[in-house]
This record gives sequence, C-alpha cells and structure tokens, in this order.
Amino acid sequence: MSSATGAGHHAEPHGHGHDAHGHDAHGHPAGAHGSFKSYMTGFVLSVILTAIPFWLVMSDVLGNAVHTSLIIMAFAVVQIVVHMIYFLHMNTKSEGGWTILALIFTLTLVVITLTGSIWVMYHLNTNMMPTSPHDLMHHKP
Amino acid sequence: MFSNPDLQKLVFGRLSLEDIPYHEPILQVTFAMVALGGLVVLGAITYYRFWGPLWRDWLTSVDHKKIGVMYIVLAFVMLLRGFADALMMRAQQAVAFGANEGYLPPHHYDQIFTAHGVIMIFFVAMPFVTGLMNYVVPLQIGARDVAFPFLNNFSFWMTVSGAMTIMASLFVGEFARTGWLAYPPLSGADMSPGVGVDYYIWALQIAGIGTLLSGINLIATIVKMRAPGMTMMKLPIFVWTSLCTNVLITAAFPILTAVLALLSMDRYVGTHFFTNDLGGNPMMYFNLIWIWGHPEVYILILPAFGIFSEVTSTFSGKRLFGYASMVYATVVITILSYLVWLHHFFTMGSGADVNSFFGITTMIISIPTGAKIFNWLFTMYRGRIRFELPMMWTVSFMVTFTIGGMTGVLLAVPPADFVLHNSLFLIAHFHNVIIGGVLFGSFAGVTYWFPKAFGFKLDPFWGKMSFWFWTVGFYFAFMPLYVLGLMGVTRRANHFDDPSLQIWFVIAAFGAVLILLGILSMIVQFVVSIRNREALRDLTGDPWNGRTLEWSTASPPPDYNFAFTPVIHDLDAWSDMKKRGYERPLKGYKPIHMPKNTATGVILGVVSIGFSFAMIWYIWWLAAATFATMFLVTVIHTFNYNREFYIPAADVVRAEGQRTSVMAGRA
Repeated sequence: MSSATGAGHHAEPHGHGHDAHGHDAHGHPAGAHGSFKSYMTGFVLSVILTAIPFWLVMSDVLGNAVHTSLIIMAFAVVQIVVHMIYFLHMNTKSEGGWTILALIFTLTLVVITLTGSIWVMYHLNTNMMPTSPHDLMHHKP
Repeated sequence: MFSNPDLQKLVFGRLSLEDIPYHEPILQVTFAMVALGGLVVLGAITYYRFWGPLWRDWLTSVDHKKIGVMYIVLAFVMLLRGFADALMMRAQQAVAFGANEGYLPPHHYDQIFTAHGVIMIFFVAMPFVTGLMNYVVPLQIGARDVAFPFLNNFSFWMTVSGAMTIMASLFVGEFARTGWLAYPPLSGADMSPGVGVDYYIWALQIAGIGTLLSGINLIATIVKMRAPGMTMMKLPIFVWTSLCTNVLITAAFPILTAVLALLSMDRYVGTHFFTNDLGGNPMMYFNLIWIWGHPEVYILILPAFGIFSEVTSTFSGKRLFGYASMVYATVVITILSYLVWLHHFFTMGSGADVNSFFGITTMIISIPTGAKIFNWLFTMYRGRIRFELPMMWTVSFMVTFTIGGMTGVLLAVPPADFVLHNSLFLIAHFHNVIIGGVLFGSFAGVTYWFPKAFGFKLDPFWGKMSFWFWTVGFYFAFMPLYVLGLMGVTRRANHFDDPSLQIWFVIAAFGAVLILLGILSMIVQFVVSIRNREALRDLTGDPWNGRTLEWSTASPPPDYNFAFTPVIHDLDAWSDMKKRGYERPLKGYKPIHMPKNTATGVILGVVSIGFSFAMIWYIWWLAAATFATMFLVTVIHTFNYNREFYIPAADVVRAEGQRTSVMAGRA
C-alpha cells in the first residue's frame, strides 16, 4: 500500500492548487472518532427520538393516523441527522469536505429518483386506459 | 435416474438430464469447440508448466496491474462469445425471408439476442473499462496499489463468476428469451417459467457485487491516495473520468440490485411487484431499471472519453485543450445522466409534459458531450500529430461517435421517438455510440497502454488491419440498420416477409464479416507481437513520449510501481518532470510495504458460481451449503492478520539498478 496520500482535498471540483502535504495513510486524522460524551449524546437523542414516536402510536395521542405518520416521518428525518452527526461523525469539514459532498450528491440522487418515479408513475396512471372491469366501473362518469 | 421423484427433486432440484440440450446440433458444435479449445488451453498450461506461476502470480494476485490485465483478458474472451451471437443473428436475418425460415427457431434466436446484449454490456464493455481503470488509475496518481487490494481481487472474481454463470446456461438449461433488460411481465414466473431468467438474474447479481465494490475501491483510491501535490485540478483527465464513472457505479448499481431482487421475489416467492395483477405494476420495473440503465451508458463512455483525452494530448504533443472545461463537462454529465432515464420509454404513456421534460434534458446532455469533441479537435489543431494506432482509433471514434450522437439527439425528440421506438434505427444508434465510443476507446486504451503493461509495443501492421476492418465493417453493419429502422423494421424479429428489405440485411451481414476479420486481425496482432517482442521491445518505459506519471516508471512497472512516491507540481506531471530535467534518484531506497496475495477471492468466486447454480435450479441444500461456505470463508479471511509484507530494500535496489543499466545501455 502507498504510504503517502494527498491531504489537501477540496470539496468542490475546482479546487485551487494548494500543495498537499504528505500524510500517513494509516494514521487517523483528528476528529474521525467521537468522544465518549458525543457517543452518549447521540445515544440518548436516538432513544428519545425513538421513544416519542412509539408513545404516539401506542397511546394513540393524536387520534389521527395520517397526522401520526407524518410526525413519525419527521422524527425519522431528525433521527437520520443525529446518526450522521454523532455516529458517522459527519460535518462540513471531515475528510476535507468529501463526506459532505458525498452526502449532497446522495441526497440529490435520492430526491431525483423518488420524486421522478412518483411523477412519472402518477402521470402514467392518469393517462393510461383503465384495464380491469373493476377499474372500468370505477372510472365511469 | 431416481425411481423416487421426490428424492430426485430433493437432490437435483428441477435439474434433470433433459435439461442438457445435447440434441441441438448448433449447441453440439459449440460444446465440441469449447471442449476442444479448453483442452488445448489446459494442455498448453501443463506443457509449459504454467500452473504454478498462473496461480501464484495471477489468479491470487492482489496487484492492481495483474487484476487489470485479467479483466481485459476476460473482456476479450467474452467478446468472442458475444460476437459469435452477433454473427448468428446477422446470418439468420440475412436469409430468413418469405418461405425460408432461416436456421434459428424463435426460441433459440430470442436467447441469442438476449445473451448478446447481456454479455456485450456486462462482460465485455464493463470488464474493458474496469480493467483499464484498474491498471492505469493507481499508476497515474503515483500510488502503489488501490486502496483495498484484496477487495479488488474479490471484485474481479465476482465478475468472472457472473460470466461463468452465463456461459453455463449454454450447456445446462437455457438462457433468458426476454431481451437484455428482462422486462416483466414477460420475465415473470407466468410467462418465463424456465431457468433462463434465473440465469440472467443470478449472473447479474453476482457480477453486480463485483462492479459495485470495485467502484467503491477506485473512489477511495482516487480520493485518498494521490501523490503529494496532485490536487484535483492536476489530476490526469482519465483519472477524473474514472472518478466520475465510479461515483456513477456506486450510486446506480444498488438500484439494479434492488430491482432484480424484487423481480426474483416475484419469481421465487410469489410477490407481486411487477406482475399484472394484485397491485403489481410492470411499468415500475421499466422506470427503476432505466434509472440504473441510463447512468450505466455513461459509466461505460466516460472512461473512454478519458482514454481519448490522454491519447489525443500525447499524440498531438500538446497539453489537452480546455482541461478545466473537460472536467466540468465530465461532472455535468455525471449529474445530468440521472435526469434523462425516461427517454428510454417515451412511448410508455406518461404524457406530453413528462416526455418533453425528459426530451429537453436529453438534448441538454449532448452539450457537454459536444464540448468534449471540440476540445479534442482543438487539441489536435496545430499539434504535431503522430498517427499511431491509438490516435487512429481516436480519430475514427470522433467521426463515428458524432454520427451516433446526432441520431441520439434525433431520438430524444419524443414525437420522432414514437416512430422510431424499438426499431432497428435505435439498434443502429446505440451500436453506433457503444462500438464507436466504448469499444474503440478500449482498443485505443489497450494499444496505448500495452507497452506499459508488457514492455513491448503491439505490431502496427496487424493493428492497422484490425482498425480498418473494424471501422469499415462497423459502417457496413450498422448504416443499413438506420435505413431499415426508418422504414419501420422492428428489432428482435427472426423472420421477415417483405423481400425488398433483404438486400439491407445482406449488407449488414457483410459488415459483420468484416468485423470478424477485424477481430481475427486483432488476435493475429497479439500472436505476432508476442513472437516479435524483442524487435518491438521498449526499454525506456516511455515509448510514446507520454505526459502522465505511468510513463515515468519501468515497463512493465515493478510490483511497487514507484520506488519513490513522486511529487507533483503541474498538470501532465511526467511531461513537466521531463521538461525540468528530472533525474531518477539512484539511492536511498527503503523497504516497501505491500499487500500479500490471497486465494480467498478465487475460492469465493468459485463457490458463488455453485451458489447461483443452486439457486437457479432450486437445489436448496446446495444453495444453503455454498452460502454457508462463502460466509465461513469470509469470516476466516477477516481473521487473517498476516496479509502484508515488506519488499526488502535490497530487492528494490536490484530492480532499480537493473533499470538504470538497461537505460544506460540504450543511451
């Protein structure tokens, strides 16, 4: 394995040339691992973010399934962010910005894939002729 | 075989003697040829006592250079198989008119076009680009190997395993008759109850693991292991296109894996994701598989663009024109390639607004691609062009690919697509860009980097023969298909009624014969070059007056690539070093830390063939046993801590000293 890696990476593809410094491939850059405190913070937050949706469902607090599921999804998004920060140690600077760049790219593609598929399939379903007799009865004006 | 049918089912699943198609004459001949060829190869290996070196130095190697070469060997072998399919189809279509039914019955013809598509994309084009990236990227960035050398070996063997699974379908059972993307409901359990689609699914799933892991590996390599001073904007352009390709692989291949997994659940456990009833929707399969499929074509073409950039700049003796615009164009293509997938099914019926959105994005993606063509032209402009073989492939690519690009923009117009959808016009278009782009790019890359890999150039005469046969053959084979497509002839038909069409199919078949001569010339080229290797020998390590780091080391490079990690100050690092009068350091060598070879990859590859075979034939005990074996082998491998060693400084001194004396002897 190479014992020398470039360290001066840039988040954006048009990085301005600043010379990289030799860097030991086997050494871990500072901040790659969290402290006991940060792991505990992450753990407690995750437990809270799991307990609240559980309570919402079990005691049927809102009395409305649609609202409950929307709130649970909101908690899920927060949960993802907590995991990324406290367990995956992602921030805007880690790995010279490569992780945040990868995250933005991933999010872009996931959004494109999901919204694109929903959009395409919705239009398809609207435009296509009804096929089964059951559908036909349904679509009768 | 067994008197008790239950016992037979338990032991052999749905496999029985009738599944071996020994009654089909075409397959008998094929089998005889494969057996004979196999015996010759095995005999030669035994005769030259090559088994030991083959195992120690190649099959178990974790060296990125060896793995790269093995990928390319796989690609060439599978090219022969895929091309044999192509010849059979051309021959069938050239004769099957009116009363003549041709020699291929529909059920066989359907398997052939499916196998042709699958093999050419997954087991020819992909191994070519992966192999070239594997070989070249670490050398171009001044690294000693990829980031995860064992993973690299494992990825290769997964790809081989997929290829072997497809080859097995020739002799045991059948292959899919669904077309290369296996659209449901045709590929569902009702319409395709046989093993064909299962062969398809498992071959692609196993090979897909390899592709995905090698994508991750190369991203990590490019991001983390560049030589000091090599900032992103000093990366050789081939490394840039490789980075973007591997990002595409990592983002797109999981979608293929998921959609094939859903299809297998429909087939194996009776779910209804893509069936016609109980809420299933086959159109969702089209949608998902093309979200993978469109990035896939850019996965193939981007590294080819990188090869053409390197070749153009080297053989014009100039820095690449518009380096920054080339990088931006590549990145823009990477993103845009995710926004065009619906143009593969404009006719599905999503309506005018959806179709116009995807039509426009498709036209937009041609802009960065066109910019690249101009960059290559301006690089050549007022350069000292040497028309060596790689440059000839590049010029042929520029002409051919531009034609293919223009027919592509034509297909991007939804109303035109409604006329041309699934016609031979489409077939002509994508062969135009894939042969003219990916294949010509791979050939340019192979001829360009061959002297680096083996220390001698390829024979130019047979190379030129191959080049002219391929180029002229391509035009003869595919221009008639454009004409036929405009006349409304659809793809995948094995018989035609209108005799006025026949002449075009005959011309296309003639083109296929020319391409056959091109492939044969290529084989002759390899044989002749190996026999004349002393005359073609290159001792400098830099036969083309190259511009990037791979030319700064010996040919073939030592296992450790670079005795000292180079420090980079400018784009085209080696050209810059030569200009500033670089002297090779002759002392101060240190022991070099390297990864050890391992047989784990080969073992996992072989066992996974057994696993897919068991899954395909419903031999559940074998599936469980092979899966458990794979799991066990993997666990044992993770506990192997003895996987690194040092090349002693004395060995480095010897290797480098030898190179010094060779170079001095030459001067």
